[in-house]
Amino acid sequence: MNIPRALFSFHGGIHVHGHKEISTQLPVDVAPIPPRLVLPLQQHIGLPAEPLVAIGDKVLKGQPLAKPKGYISASLHAPTSGQVVDVSPLPVPHPSGLGAPCIVLESDGQDTWYPHQGLADWASADPNLLRTLIRDAGIVGLGGAGFPSSVKLQPGPSRPIRTLILNGAECEPYITSDDLLMRRQAAEIIEGMSIMARILQPTECLIGIEDNKPEAYQALREAAQGHPIEVVQVPTRYPMGGEKQLIKVLTGREVPSGGLPSQVGVVCHNVATAHAVYRAVVHGEPLISRLLTLTGGAVAQPRNVEVRLGTPVSFLLQHYQVSVNRIERLIMGGPMMGFALSHDQVPVVKTSNCLLCAVAGEVPANQDPQACIRCGACTTVCPTNLLPQQMYWHARARDFDKVQQYNLFDCIECGCCAEVCPSRIPLVQYYRFAKSEVAARERDKQRADLARRRNEARVARFDREKAEKAAKLAQAKAAAASAPPGADKKAAIDAAVARAAAKKATAPVTPKNTEDLTPAQQAQIAEADSRRAADQPGDPR
Amino acid sequence: MEFHATTSPHLHAPTSVTRVMGEVLLALIPALVGIVWVFGWGAIVNIVIAVPAALAAEAAMLAARGRPIRTTLMDLSAVLTAVLLAISIPPLSPWWLTVTGVVFAMVFVKHLYGGLGYNPFNPAMAGYVLLLVSFPREMTQWLPPEGLVHGSLGLGDALNLIFGGQTPQGLGVDALSQATPLDTVRQQVTLLHHTIQDAKTTTPVFGLAGGKGWEIVSALYLLGGIWMVRRNTIGWQIPVGVLVSLLVLAGLFNLYDPSRYASPLFHLFSGATMLEAFFIATDPVTASTTPWGRIGFGIGVGSLIYLIRTFGGYPDAGAFAVLIMNMMAPTLDHYTQPRVYGHP
Repeated sequence: MNIPRALFSFHGGIHVHGHKEISTQLPVDVAPIPPRLVLPLQQHIGLPAEPLVAIGDKVLKGQPLAKPKGYISASLHAPTSGQVVDVSPLPVPHPSGLGAPCIVLESDGQDTWYPHQGLADWASADPNLLRTLIRDAGIVGLGGAGFPSSVKLQPGPSRPIRTLILNGAECEPYITSDDLLMRRQAAEIIEGMSIMARILQPTECLIGIEDNKPEAYQALREAAQGHPIEVVQVPTRYPMGGEKQLIKVLTGREVPSGGLPSQVGVVCHNVATAHAVYRAVVHGEPLISRLLTLTGGAVAQPRNVEVRLGTPVSFLLQHYQVSVNRIERLIMGGPMMGFALSHDQVPVVKTSNCLLCAVAGEVPANQDPQACIRCGACTTVCPTNLLPQQMYWHARARDFDKVQQYNLFDCIECGCCAEVCPSRIPLVQYYRFAKSEVAARERDKQRADLARRRNEARVARFDREKAEKAAKLAQAKAAAASAPPGADKKAAIDAAVARAAAKKATAPVTPKNTEDLTPAQQAQIAEADSRRAADQPGDPR
Repeated sequence: MEFHATTSPHLHAPTSVTRVMGEVLLALIPALVGIVWVFGWGAIVNIVIAVPAALAAEAAMLAARGRPIRTTLMDLSAVLTAVLLAISIPPLSPWWLTVTGVVFAMVFVKHLYGGLGYNPFNPAMAGYVLLLVSFPREMTQWLPPEGLVHGSLGLGDALNLIFGGQTPQGLGVDALSQATPLDTVRQQVTLLHHTIQDAKTTTPVFGLAGGKGWEIVSALYLLGGIWMVRRNTIGWQIPVGVLVSLLVLAGLFNLYDPSRYASPLFHLFSGATMLEAFFIATDPVTASTTPWGRIGFGIGVGSLIYLIRTFGGYPDAGAFAVLIMNMMAPTLDHYTQPRVYGHP
């Protein structure tokens, strides 16, 4: 019965200090409702949602605020009841630091629910209905990527799913939100996974958890009793929680480069996503809150917090008495892949799993990078088995073709290479730069291609017109040649010349289409005529 | 409230170039003690001459190139080059020989190619080869392992010889020097067609496994090297490639004719084999960088060492082997790219 599953391995990876114990000591706290909530229309991969409300509208908790635009998109719901006070671009948690359209909701403090209803008998429900419920609940991948979950649950008939995986690895240091969720809501996660399994009909269901979370493992094992779900402990090694890495370790299969897990019969969801699926299907509740780890040296009582989406970071920092002045770096997400916020006036979004308030000493001090000594430490740790150092040299030299030859786009930006680099070169930044440059070049190329195609069409049109003219001319010539030469023709020409001469004598210029001209147009014509006359003083006309 | 925003990752392992170079220097200490014990204080005097010369040459080049001087000198790479060259040349080499080699390594081999990380050739070995071809007499005056017999040469004598060319008693280096074990094999066996067994009985240079005295120093290099591999300061691929290829080639030839070809153990524990395998061929800048490329690089160095020692014009060949393989490194890297995740 208890035969441990044979696991596979991925190349490289690093062992980093977890710092997880500091935020698992206290129970989960439910954060209060902030007076103002800021809800970006884009909290997911795909197109931004389309607003369904306008300024001044009163909304209830759970009421849809925006609907998905296109297939890869996600809807958005009111995290509490209140009034829409603004729909405009505001700062959002994004590495670019740019603003994006947001719906701003002023809470009325009532927290009154919008009418909603769960589906208790999901086990006999149509998979399409379940998928629609998940889509309508605005659920996206809660592990950090934010890909719309319903899309992943529809791999298409050509791609049968053999393995459904729940990712509970949570390999990033400091983050414990999935850990706490698994400890507390194991049964809900199992039910959420069962709903996903109802949709996908896989032959096996696996949950992967790093072996540094024994409580979570135990809780899920107990909750999975009697379900066709296997809970598997995987070694603690960053980035075990990378989708491709976890799939490799659990199944031995590799997601093809540039492809999707479904191509190898796998669908992988985060455990928190499974929990959100459970809430959406069984209770009819859309995704309006999430667990967030509030941790770091500047936090007096690091813990996990259930936060409503749209809660401003500044509100959280204030409520949990974070010593803001001691924060050296404010990181949304984990220290390996999260991004530093330049200010706290941004909201918590669907993908915000952690808020790391790092003090000096917790994050490396700024240091100028030194020259690459080609030591190859980066190559040793790369979980994708790339050659980070070669990619760095070519990115630095702006030789983007070469960087792509070294499989730049297989880089998952996990940060292992930069973590171990003795020269402290910000390697990941070079790869992001190269990726964006390649993308920009690709766009330019597409534009140039479009312009070229248009020009080709234009030239072709000219050629066609020319050919048509030539053909007409040839036809006319042929007609003239076939007519019998004789006095008839000569007489006709003479008559025409005489007619023209007579006409010219009586009316030297007969402009056409000059009826119904406005005075302004007449003035313009007069001006043009005088200009023409002035331009050609020697014209005998 | 504004915060400092930098890009991920926001963690860094406690490592630096200084630390990497420092660990290599630390790993050299046991062998240095052995060298002093076996060959006297000469090597230490060489180091004391070489390190300031290297730092001065590097500082001058950095100043000329408009690069930060202090932080670069602190990376210890110049110190390491100087120490490696200082222990590669004979212990009682005249001071100007050491300075010439080190300055050439720093100026021509390192900085004219762009400084640390950009030099295609191993600076210490290029410096060594310059000295070997320019000053063949000085470069072959190795000492007998006197320390094992009479107690090593005193510091005062070493200083007199290095700076004045002779001891107060009027003894020159040539009077003190003795052919190295590898040179002995070359002279006796390759040139005079004696058998190895004859050479062993007629000359005093052979020890238990390798050359007398040399085998102790070699074992201490091996010790430091294993420590570095265990600490991941260097990868295992290059040393293993060097030693295994040398072992296999020497073993095959030795099996074929033990009277003409020295035993594999003699090759491993004589000359600079261990120094080359763990400390010189592993210079990351000039070696191959892919895992398989490094194995190939090591095999190339080991094979060339054996071929040049046995059939070439020099008794030891580590420097030539490393420089030749430096030329091969980019090609090796190109053809040994690992299979990337998700690729066939």
